Amino acid sequence: MSGWEQLSQYIMSGLTTGSIYALAALGFCLIYNATHIVNFAQGDFISLGGLMMYTLLGAAGLPALLALPLAVAVVAGLGVVLEAAAVGRAKSREITVLIFITVAASVLFRGVFKEVWGKQALAVPPLSPDVPLKLLGATFTPQNLWILGITLAAIAVLIYFFNHTLTGRAVRAVAINPKAAALMGIDTRRMVRLSFALAGALGALAGAIITPITTASYNVGVLMGLKGFAAAVLGGYGNFLGAIVGGLSLGLLESLGAGALSSTYKDVIAFVVLLLVLFVRPRGLLGGGEETRV
Amino acid sequence: MNGGRAFLWQLLALAAAVVLAPLLVGNPYHLNVLNVMALNVLVVTGLNLLIGFAGHISLGHAAFYGLGAYVSGILSSTHGWDPWLSSLAAALVVALVALVIGIPTLRLAGNYLVMATLGFNLIVTILILQLDEFTGGPSGFSGIPPLKVLGRSLASDQQFYWLVWGAALLGLLLARNLADSRVGRGLKALHDSPVAAAAVGVPTAAYKVKVFVLSAVYASLAGSLYAHYFGIVTPKTFDIFFSVELVTMCLVGGMGSLWGGFFGAAFLTPLPQVLHVFDEYKDVFFGGILLVLLIYQPQGLAGLWTRHARARAARSA
Repeated sequence: MSGWEQLSQYIMSGLTTGSIYALAALGFCLIYNATHIVNFAQGDFISLGGLMMYTLLGAAGLPALLALPLAVAVVAGLGVVLEAAAVGRAKSREITVLIFITVAASVLFRGVFKEVWGKQALAVPPLSPDVPLKLLGATFTPQNLWILGITLAAIAVLIYFFNHTLTGRAVRAVAINPKAAALMGIDTRRMVRLSFALAGALGALAGAIITPITTASYNVGVLMGLKGFAAAVLGGYGNFLGAIVGGLSLGLLESLGAGALSSTYKDVIAFVVLLLVLFVRPRGLLGGGEETRV
Repeated sequence: MNGGRAFLWQLLALAAAVVLAPLLVGNPYHLNVLNVMALNVLVVTGLNLLIGFAGHISLGHAAFYGLGAYVSGILSSTHGWDPWLSSLAAALVVALVALVIGIPTLRLAGNYLVMATLGFNLIVTILILQLDEFTGGPSGFSGIPPLKVLGRSLASDQQFYWLVWGAALLGLLLARNLADSRVGRGLKALHDSPVAAAAVGVPTAAYKVKVFVLSAVYASLAGSLYAHYFGIVTPKTFDIFFSVELVTMCLVGGMGSLWGGFFGAAFLTPLPQVLHVFDEYKDVFFGGILLVLLIYQPQGLAGLWTRHARARAARSA
């Protein structure tokens, strides 16, 4: 394999995992903008997406065209439940308490997934039959194309939703100033709930398309979610474009770093990047979050 | 966080309970549970200092605990250091690491410390797993010598009991004294109003860093005690999920209350051991309890306690 072929192989795999990080990072952004909290259950949305695909596609034998929307709907529902039953119901409005409600929910979800699906790795069938493809020297499967395509489609839908629909603009208004939005007659609570549903849907999508490659398990999404979080910080926490840029660059950095150095420390890269960004430029690449000094 | 005279009496009562407990607990296995409880009390009390005074949460305390255990374990067995000296060295290393993390992140408002400590914990776990030449990798690091007092090894559960509960009581007393100190008062002012505190000249960022470092050192010392007690350390003991468990203990006990750490650790440490069913459902159980408490009783068990005391005072008045 020549140097160029190797490079394009790394780029292909970097973009594939980067897409997953981008989808997870977008989920983090949506909930952050709506509530100013970090949703640590985002990784469990990814796990559940994969597990639902295992059950619907593999065990129940549904066609992919039916299984995928169903899995997305179920996890979006879990997002709504998280808001309606936990985050939105909390007595305290302190951000720290709310963040740890999502941490607690994450532990609980993981425990429940473990009871339902067991601890073992579950094979999820790919969206279309596995035949090796070749492009610019990189070898990949149709699933890689599905991942890139579905991620692009999801981003396109989000852009359309936030710029050209009334509901999407209402969600943005709530993110900018909830009080003003409420005065304009926007049901802020509904918009917050919608953000949780969307974050769940994005997580499910990520889990559904990556698990044919990684296999599904009760905790498969935990590490991906945490890396998606690092990607969101890298791009600028709360910034949508930043989430996409952060996700893809983190994926590339990881795959090129593992190729150039060693794959032993592949998983460290994302968190070293996270620490460096927080130390040097907490606003991230494209700016976001609140950098108030006291 | 307040530590008045009442606290000293409560501490004395706890000390009496600590002295009496071994008379009632003959079973070495139960003694072992009590020892682990004391270790958790120590870590969680430190963590609670950070939450109560600085208003920040750390998701990296399992890593500080783990560094305390691994650094002291490796220095004392591979390099033959005295276990007391190696524990001190580990605490120094952890203090430096906490400084490096705390200085850039604690001057920013928001949740940056949570994010940084979370990343840090993940890095430490991966490094422990991968640097198997030094750490023993996934199977753990064994052959750690016990601590010695006056030439006698503290190897048995009974001997270690006195040491670790002594350390826990000392940790609580120190936390109370901190509440009464200049730093404690400054941070209390900061908690009430950051702007007002800064305006009257409280060096808020520096105080926060100090408390963070101190709280990391609590964890490190507990980790070193753990290593020299069990003689073996494994990476799973110090992963991110244990950090979550530690915060769970803080929140269940009472966030930022001096006794919160004790209540949380005392309540949650023995439960999985006492009720075996819970071991299988540990995640469901921990997650569920934390969730319900955070939603309906964000002040934790210590909050229930003070509410009860207040209600009683109101009735008698």
